Amino acid sequence: MFMTDPNDSLIEVDDQIIDLRNRPLAALLAWLVPGAGHFYQRRHAKGTIYFASIVLTWVLGFSLGGYHVVYASWQNGDKRWHYFLQSGMGIAALPAIAQANHLRDFTDPRTGWTRDDYKPRWGGFMAPPHRPVFDESTDEVSAWYARYGAGYEMGTWFTMIAGLLNILVIYDAYAGPLGIPISGRRRDGDSAVKNNLDGVARDGPAATP
Amino acid sequence: MLSISPTYLFYYVPLVIAISLVYGGTRHENLRLILLHAGYTAYWITGFMGMIFLLLLVLGWFV
Repeated sequence: MFMTDPNDSLIEVDDQIIDLRNRPLAALLAWLVPGAGHFYQRRHAKGTIYFASIVLTWVLGFSLGGYHVVYASWQNGDKRWHYFLQSGMGIAALPAIAQANHLRDFTDPRTGWTRDDYKPRWGGFMAPPHRPVFDESTDEVSAWYARYGAGYEMGTWFTMIAGLLNILVIYDAYAGPLGIPISGRRRDGDSAVKNNLDGVARDGPAATP
Repeated sequence: MLSISPTYLFYYVPLVIAISLVYGGTRHENLRLILLHAGYTAYWITGFMGMIFLLLLVLGWFV
């Protein structure tokens, strides 16, 4: 990868000149929807690959786990650290925050028990389990495990991996491909490429295939 | 030999495809190079997992 200036949005990778455009905005879009940052940068092929790979992994995991594997919780007995990784999916994981806040409004802070009049929003989509959750006894989480078996575990892993993969995608939208491509053509100091980039900076990028 | 149903191994297929494609995509811009890199990554992951499987299998015979 060759970049003329740290503030420059033009890079050269695999003999292609790429305009990363507004890089922070591209990174934000990439976080919100996998591949959206790349579509904004007109890197349509990569945007499509990212969107398809990550969203399908997420959807598959979500369905394997009975639609209960993504929720936000940091209570005793139910510290859902997985959500930190799942939140890499951006907008797809955000309903869990709203559901967690909603549940908190219906949970007695002194006893830690959810009130009987609690009804989760949106049919329970990404809703945390009723409180309390115990490590050693039956509760809503153990019921999900019993019902979905290995699917609950695999669904949790799939959704976490989808979130982690999207972090790579966010970096790619912000800074371009990682490291030196295995095509092996490192172009630092290559005057022909530099002249090409200077020309693109002056005249605008040519259409890439 | 396996303590779980072999069908569970099918979980691996979509995962390795997604991981390989994203990994390849974060190294290249050229679609052909992305797919080549993805294929190599899938091959490498599968080989590595296969070796771990064989190692555990051999260890299982001794335990």
